[in-house]
Amino acid sequence: MAKDYIYAVARVRSLEMSLFSGATIEQLLAEKKYEDCIRFIKDKGWGGTEADFSAADDILAYEEAKTWKTVKEMVPDMSEFSVLTLPNVYHNLKSAIKVATMGEVNAKVFFDGTEPSGEKMTDIIKRTAYEELPESMRAVAKEAYESFLHTGDGQLCDIIIDRAALKAIKAAGEASKEKLLQDYARTYVDVSVIRIAVRSAKTGKTSEFMKRAMEPCSLNIDKLVQAALAGEDDVIDYLLQTEYKEAGEALKTSSSAFECWCDNQIIETIKPQKYNSFTIGAIVAYILARLNEIKTVRIVLSGKENHLPEDAIRERIREMYV
Amino acid sequence: MTMGTVLALLGASLAVILAGMGSAFGVAVAGQAASGVVSEDPNQFAKVLILQLLPGTQGIYGLLVGFIALSKIGILGGSPAELSLQTGLMVLAACLPIAVVGLVSGRNQGKTAVSAIGIVAKKPDQFGKAMLFPAMVETYAILALLVSILAVNGIPV
Repeated sequence: MAKDYIYAVARVRSLEMSLFSGATIEQLLAEKKYEDCIRFIKDKGWGGTEADFSAADDILAYEEAKTWKTVKEMVPDMSEFSVLTLPNVYHNLKSAIKVATMGEVNAKVFFDGTEPSGEKMTDIIKRTAYEELPESMRAVAKEAYESFLHTGDGQLCDIIIDRAALKAIKAAGEASKEKLLQDYARTYVDVSVIRIAVRSAKTGKTSEFMKRAMEPCSLNIDKLVQAALAGEDDVIDYLLQTEYKEAGEALKTSSSAFECWCDNQIIETIKPQKYNSFTIGAIVAYILARLNEIKTVRIVLSGKENHLPEDAIRERIREMYV
Repeated sequence: MTMGTVLALLGASLAVILAGMGSAFGVAVAGQAASGVVSEDPNQFAKVLILQLLPGTQGIYGLLVGFIALSKIGILGGSPAELSLQTGLMVLAACLPIAVVGLVSGRNQGKTAVSAIGIVAKKPDQFGKAMLFPAMVETYAILALLVSILAVNGIPV
């Protein structure tokens, strides 16, 4: 039998009972005002009872931290989930380089719970003591920091680190023995590359820029770059010939439908885990489902706060796991 | 004590040991799953406890066959019979069904109980249906128990 995840998976099954279903999200959407939505999610237990959060960001950050805390209780070896935590780690590296270069910022720019923490990375970057970073981050941190320092080009710094993040996620997925993590890493990299192509097509980026940003994946990078150079319609045509033809269909509808498809693709990957009773896959699926739930609530709250019409918010709502 | 008696005793021991191992494994994995559910929803304690206990029966069946075999060969009474090699082998063979099937079915019933506990966690009102799945595995342990009892009883000592 697989490693001892039986306790954790059973606990996750109970926790899944409190995940928001599509119907619950519809109820949230039906609330008239932003304040009503905040009350709705607080009535559902979001934000905890100890702290009196009233801002959406605080409530959502609390829920995300609670998810990771629960997972840590169940699975002490968090390295099993590195595929999921790497995006936050590399995001913190980007922020650390910018904070180290431009000085302190007032806004909260770091994700909590990464190893090393954003503050520690900032200190390391300031001292250029790259050897204190995890081995896989040393070279990219040096390259991105020096490039930002010399050119002041934040976007270049970002694509260097984003590419390294994709590479790390791909490697972590390939190293994992869990099929779900392998599939997730593959889907994540593929979808990220499609996103880069679509955004590059819209903003008229060069071939060099795209090739620097795109990590080799199951898509043909050369064809995708050529399509992106020709425009968004060509990207759609290319995608329609691949296994990601639904991405092409979503792009035909709208950008938000495409972004929605990107997240739904991840949910489709994890759905079979609802029937898995023994392996870490069910726990990974719960984490992703919870993050997806928080993201969806954030979209609804943001839409309500900005007085978007209900249909416009609904178009952006992600598919739920339960 | 003859070699036949030793072999018969080995059969009784195997019935208890292997079937007990199967049950211990099954109850242990089901217990882990039960703990996971109860840590989030203590109201489900009684339901998951029943499911955890289901794989425990194989150990009892093994114990029962072990007792019958020990009684048959006179060890329980303190005066072991002098069994021929052939008779001893027959008792050993008679104990094997519950020993082997007890081990395999106990392990697998435990895994099925884990999945059933997952059903209870998500749909507590479906407890009756959830219990049927691991109970199905029990069928084969009962068949093995029957054959072992009939065989041990049928051996002339």
